[in-house]
Formats: sequence, structure tokens, C-alpha cells
Amino acid sequence: MIPVEFRDFAWRHAGRRAQAVSGVDLRVEPGERVLLLGPSGSGKSTLLAALAGLLTDDSGEQDGEVLLDGKPAADQRDRVGILFQDPETQLVMARSGDDVAFGLENQAAPREQIWPRARAALEAVGFPYDLSRSTHALSGGEQQRLALAGVLARRPDLILLDEPTANLDPEGAQDIREALRAALADTEATLIVVEHRVAEILDLVDRVIALGPGGTLLADGPAAAVLGEHGEHLAAQGVWVPGVPLPTRPSRGAGDVALRGESLALDYPGTDRSAVDDVSFELRAGELLAVTGPNGSGKSTLALLAGGLVRPTRGRSTVPGESRPLHKLPARRLATRVGSVFQDPEHQFVTGTVRDELAFGPRQAKWSKDRIEARVAELLERLRLAHLANANPHTLSGGEARRLSVAGALAAAPEVLLLDEPTFGQDRRTWGELVDLTADIRDEGTALLAVTHDRDFAAALAGRELILKGGRLAQERRR
Amino acid sequence: MSMTFAPVCEAQAPIARLNPVAKLAAVAAISTTALVAADWLTPLLLLAALAAAVPFTGIRFGPLAHRLRFLWLAAGAVVLVNAIFAAEQTGRILIAFGPLEIGTGALIDGAAIGLRVCVAATAGVLGFATTDPTDLADALTQQLRAPARFTIGALAALRLLPLLGAEWRQITSARRARGLEGGWNPLRRARLFASTMFTLLVGAIRRAGRLAAAMDARGFDSEVPRTHARVQRMHPADWALMVAGALVCAGAVAISAAYGTFTVVT
Repeated sequence: MIPVEFRDFAWRHAGRRAQAVSGVDLRVEPGERVLLLGPSGSGKSTLLAALAGLLTDDSGEQDGEVLLDGKPAADQRDRVGILFQDPETQLVMARSGDDVAFGLENQAAPREQIWPRARAALEAVGFPYDLSRSTHALSGGEQQRLALAGVLARRPDLILLDEPTANLDPEGAQDIREALRAALADTEATLIVVEHRVAEILDLVDRVIALGPGGTLLADGPAAAVLGEHGEHLAAQGVWVPGVPLPTRPSRGAGDVALRGESLALDYPGTDRSAVDDVSFELRAGELLAVTGPNGSGKSTLALLAGGLVRPTRGRSTVPGESRPLHKLPARRLATRVGSVFQDPEHQFVTGTVRDELAFGPRQAKWSKDRIEARVAELLERLRLAHLANANPHTLSGGEARRLSVAGALAAAPEVLLLDEPTFGQDRRTWGELVDLTADIRDEGTALLAVTHDRDFAAALAGRELILKGGRLAQERRR
Repeated sequence: MSMTFAPVCEAQAPIARLNPVAKLAAVAAISTTALVAADWLTPLLLLAALAAAVPFTGIRFGPLAHRLRFLWLAAGAVVLVNAIFAAEQTGRILIAFGPLEIGTGALIDGAAIGLRVCVAATAGVLGFATTDPTDLADALTQQLRAPARFTIGALAALRLLPLLGAEWRQITSARRARGLEGGWNPLRRARLFASTMFTLLVGAIRRAGRLAAAMDARGFDSEVPRTHARVQRMHPADWALMVAGALVCAGAVAISAAYGTFTVVT
């Protein structure tokens, strides 16, 4: 339990001209539980990294001071624990118990204390397995709980959480919040948490600090007061403020069948278990069909099969006007019939500039030069990427990269677009942009299928919903 | 493309409980002896000794043979190639088929080389496929004083490896969705391979950076000397293994020398 203080703090990342944050003056009292809010680019993660002592001299340039208990944070790493977004890149060891022990070994904890402390930490987060459980066999939510145990076992005086649920599905996010609730009841540590999804975490904090661009202070105080006074503004900036209504864009009605999945099935290689089993559906022009279901229910696999990207074990996916099933079409022909947008936009980037990325599909389809140029110009304009036309796709922000991956899949004018978790981990502003973009595409007559955990997204756009369970179609529902 | 590092035996098998460093030493002694000896008898004796040791290790023959299946093929190929392309065919000619001739002398020389490959590979599989990577890292750190930055860093990298397989499949599907696939054109295949690899590497480097930050945040780069949660010790059985390894090597060389066949690779 220690006080935390920023004194006129500023940080410039090496190789950047502008400062990520500047002029930050903040004090957090011992034992306080603080939620740090702000849009992308407000420097929240930079502030957490500074507190965790992870901003080293060779990674940028610092002004002012970051003090823990009155002393520079960089010298007190041992008193701070930080939990990041991505569970997969926080775990070090092959066995769960060893992973918790890793942080204690680094702390030079005596051996006879290591295992009792590791066990206690795992118990505190409700880890359901024994110490020898393989870290590969854990779900995302379980991995994140394990990572949290690794933080708690070191008994930090200051706990930092950097969007701890952003990479998890709703069940996993719920698990980690429960683990946090239980674990925080047991410790007096000071807490600072960064999280876009505010509603679910409000009961864990007693103070909200809202930052604007560059780390300027927008508001500071009890949660109700800050969200009450600045809710609209924060929502506009990208924060998921509870109670601010979300837009909906109902469909104008579905047209003809644009894609047909016929008894699609995929077995795991070398086994008789199925990832997807006997799923049939029709997708119509001008509608959005949401595919939902718990983790591991085969949603993403179904999208791959429907899009002709993976050869099904049984069944087939077809579009009108093609005699062959989609998985047998040559790729360049497939891209003109069905577009697929993956969860990770970077997996789809195949060229060095935004402009080439958009021209790629049409070129593959052997469009005329004039037609390609017109199409690229139109997409750049519509998706507000014109100012980035010559930028490298790998340098875009999360929201920009997402828009570009959608635009790239649309470029060759397919009549069907398949989206895998299009809103995953996005802030509220990008979310709203994606809803509008998707609705526009749908209302132009494109048939859309979206695999999603996001109930709000489905509610805003979907006409029908397929619910999968264990690879099978559990329910089809009209919304 | 699924990668497993599962040992070929139960975790409680006698050989799995030996100190990895002791196993490493025995494997090194036997492999080195096999590779230095140029005759056919020494590697044959070593292979016999390894085979005789298997029942005491707790390894089941099935999984071991499965692991070694490519080795037999490779060793067979080595024997054939060396026999056919020997500088001169000596001894009695066994096969004469047009320009192709194989004599007994060349066949024996080829067999000796094949046997040496067999010994080194079998010893390697016995030593490494029965060792948990975590145990190996612990033993390297504790017995050989290898720096933890190297051993634990290698373990962390090993943990990320299987993710690369899944990501490769993802990227390949994503490329097909964009209209890119290799098909039968070797040039296009090569370019697609290179671009997929690039995307994979960009992702891997980002991931490695994040993992390194997470490790440092948990004190991995602190100046304090680390303690060890898991203890690796040298037990009498480990010393016995190393002595046995040395004796087998000495014995094989002695018998071969007494028989008059022993020579050294020059």
C-alpha cells in the first residue's frame, strides 16, 4: 500500500517527434482503487508502463518524475505488479505452477516459501486446476487468471491492470473480473486499472481519472460524479460509458440467397471429433447473419468453411452462378465472389501501402486500370483512409487497420462478406464506425455473415442469429 | 503442423528421473565415440549396449521405434549411397548391374557409417526425448551454471513455438481470402511462402517484445540472484549413468581393438 505520484511527467517514445504524454500531475493515495479512462492516444498505457518501471532510458526520453512512495518508480520494480491484455504473451513456463513460481524466483524468495505462496495465489484467483496443469491447455480466461496469480504471488504494493479483459470473450472476461474481485478483497495494495468497458469494473474502484489527448486531465473524482458530468464527452472519445445508448441499424429486408452452406462439417485431423458438424444455412442479400456461441463452439471454423478457405470434411458451401463449391475455386476467383475479414487484420495485408492493398483484389481479378483507380479512390474516400493512402498497412492504428481489412475484402466487389469478430477489443468510437460501415455495406445489397461475441453488435445489425454449440447448430433465431 | 515435445516415456520412468545433465554427458560420450571410430564393430557394440539398456529405462519400445522411424530410413540411405559411390569397389563383387557395382568392402564401409549415424541418433533420442525441457533448463542452470537469461528465455520461446503453427494456418487462409495462393507455379509458391513468413515474423517479433516486457515486469531482469523453485541434483544414479556411459565407450573400443578392427576417422 503506497502512494503514487506523477510530477510534471512527460514521455517521448524513441523515434517519435511528439510526446506521448506531457505535463502529467497526479497523486494516488495509498490503498486507493483508481480507474484510468481516456481515448486511444491519451497515454494511459504509457503511464502504467512508467509506474511499472518499464520505460527504460533507451526506449525514449522522460521529463519530470514518477514516484512510488516518494522514490523513483524505476528503482522499485519489485513493489509493482502489472497485468497486460494478452494472456498468451505473459506466460513463461510450460506448467501452471512453475509460471507463478517464476516471479517468486526472480524475487529471490526462499524455496520453502515459493510453493505455498504460489498455491495461495492460485487459490486466491480461483484457478481450478493443479500446479502441473499445462499452460497450453488453458482457455484465454484461465490463462489470464494464471497471469494474475503470477502478479499477486509477488505481493506487490501497487497493482496495475492494463485492459485485463480486452482480449477475452465475455465468459473469460467475467471469470477474470470475479477473480479480481476476490483477490482485491484480500490485499490492501493500491490499484490502478485501465479499461474501456467501464460498467463491469466500476464496483472495483473508488475513483475515476479521465484523461484527454496527450495525458491532459479531463476529470477526476468519484465514479458517479465523473461519469455523470462527462459521460457524453467520454463516450464520444471512445469510452464505453454505461447508460449512453448505442445506435441500432435494422435491416431493410433480405433479398435472394447469396451463399448456401450445405451440411458443412470439419473433423479434426486424425480424430473422429468434429470442429463443425452438419451445419446448414442460407445467407441472403441485404441481411446480416450473426453466428454466436461459446468459445470453441466452431464459429470461426464455420466462417472458414463458408468462405471456401478450408476444405470441409463433408458438405459444401456454394454461391449462385458457380457450379463448383467455394473451396474448389481458385483463390483469385474466390476473392471476387466472397470476401473474408479475419480477426487479426495484419494477417491479410499483402502489400506495402494502403492504396496497393485496395487495388490488390481488383488487379487479381484483372479489372481494367481505370476501373481499379476509380474503385480505389471510392473506397479510400468512403472508409476515410484517403490521408493514409501511401502509409504502410502495418503502421496503422487498430481502428484504421480494421477498416482497411474490410475495405480490402470489399475491393473486388464480392456479393458476400464474412467477418470474424469485427469489433473485438475496439473502443466505443471505432465500434460505432464499424457498425455504420457494416450497415452501409449491408444496405447496398451485400450479404453479410458475422461471427461475434459482441451482443451489442449483433443487436444493432443482425436480422437472424445462428447459435452454435459444440460444433452443431443449436438454434436459429430471428431477431 | 502440430509440434509436440512430449517425452516418449512416463514422467515417473527411471530414465525420466535422471538428471538431464548426466544424460547429456552420457549421450555426448557415446555419440562422440561412435563418430570418432571408423570401423564397423565399435558402433555395432555401442548400439547393442544402447538396445540392452532400453528395458531398464522405462521407455516403451513402440513410441521409441516411432520416434526413430525416419532414422532407419536415413541410415539405410547412408549405407546405400556410401556403398554405391565408394571410391573403389573392393572385396568380392556382390552386385554387378551395368556400371553399378557393389563390393563387400564398400558395403562394410557404408554399413559402418550408417551404424555410426544410428548410434548418435538413438543415443540422442534416448537422452532428449526422455527429458522435460523445464528439467533440462533447471539442470543447465543449477549444475552447469548456465545463465538463466539463456535457459529460461529458451523455455519461454519454446512455449510460443506451437502458436506459430496455428498462426501459419491462419495467415495462409487469410491469403487465400485475398486471392493469393501458390497453386502449381513454383515461383508463385516461393513468393507466397516468403510473404507468409514475413507476416509470421512480424507477429512473432511483436509477441516476443511483449513477452520480454511481461517477464521483466515480473522481475526477470532484476539484479538479485534468482532462487530455484525446482531442485535438480546429481544423485548416485546420475554419477552411475555417466560412469556406465564411459565404461561402455571404453569397452566397445577395447573389444574392437582386441579384435583388430579399430581405426579412427582421419
